[in-house]
Amino acid sequence: MAKSSIKLRAKVKDDVVEVKALIKHPMESGNRKDKKTGEAIPAHFITEVVCEHGGKTRLSASLSGGVSKNPYVSFKFKGGASGDPITMNWKDNKGKSDSVESKIK
Amino acid sequence: MQTNIKRRIFLKGSAASSVMGAAITAGLLTPQALLAEWNEAAFKEKDVVAAIKGMTGSESSEESDKIHIKAPDIAENGGVVPVSITSDIEGTTQILILAPNNPVPMIAAFTLGEGALAFARTNIKMGKTGDVVAVIKAGDKTYTAKKAVKVTIGGCGG
Repeated sequence: MAKSSIKLRAKVKDDVVEVKALIKHPMESGNRKDKKTGEAIPAHFITEVVCEHGGKTRLSASLSGGVSKNPYVSFKFKGGASGDPITMNWKDNKGKSDSVESKIK
Repeated sequence: MQTNIKRRIFLKGSAASSVMGAAITAGLLTPQALLAEWNEAAFKEKDVVAAIKGMTGSESSEESDKIHIKAPDIAENGGVVPVSITSDIEGTTQILILAPNNPVPMIAAFTLGEGALAFARTNIKMGKTGDVVAVIKAGDKTYTAKKAVKVTIGGCGG
């Protein structure tokens, strides 16, 4: 399997799972111009990120081109245990997507 | 039995997509709007109040000191400004991050799932010095807080 564009880390501490994700993506807002040609660089950014665990959606995030390149997303939830599988997936404005499965530490 | 269920799902799916196909050909919907429930209108809205309304349905928000925004006072690189939002408001279901001075103010909307704590962190771009605005939705009410961030090099390019 090709390496996922998502680095997903989840760690449980005092009953709370802290999820940290780093996604490789250009996150072009569509407002930038190519410095040499002066042409607008088309928008290309992640629109949705969903994190699932135990058959439940723990977080769904809608993003815009205002989120930094190679976006970092972090959140916390209760109800996870060490060793549980956890998944994250994203899709972008061009219809591309990727997903990853990890285990809670 | 299993095959029957799959067949049903399949039929349902193809019926739905042909309706969508017809809508595209009729020019009713642009393909971009079909990608997801991604709230395109709210993400294109230039007016902050209207963008918040588009995302949460709420027209006015109350300022609250129960929202904590962690962001640098001075951001040397506007391309990567770390922002984390924590809310002590009971029943928080949604966390929005906005930068009113950006070309597109609405940056991110986090919808909390089951068990999720009222916390979200990400990195945002800021075109110039201005406020970072956090909006919390709890029940049918929205609350806001803001923090000023001085940007020395803008991150929206151009």
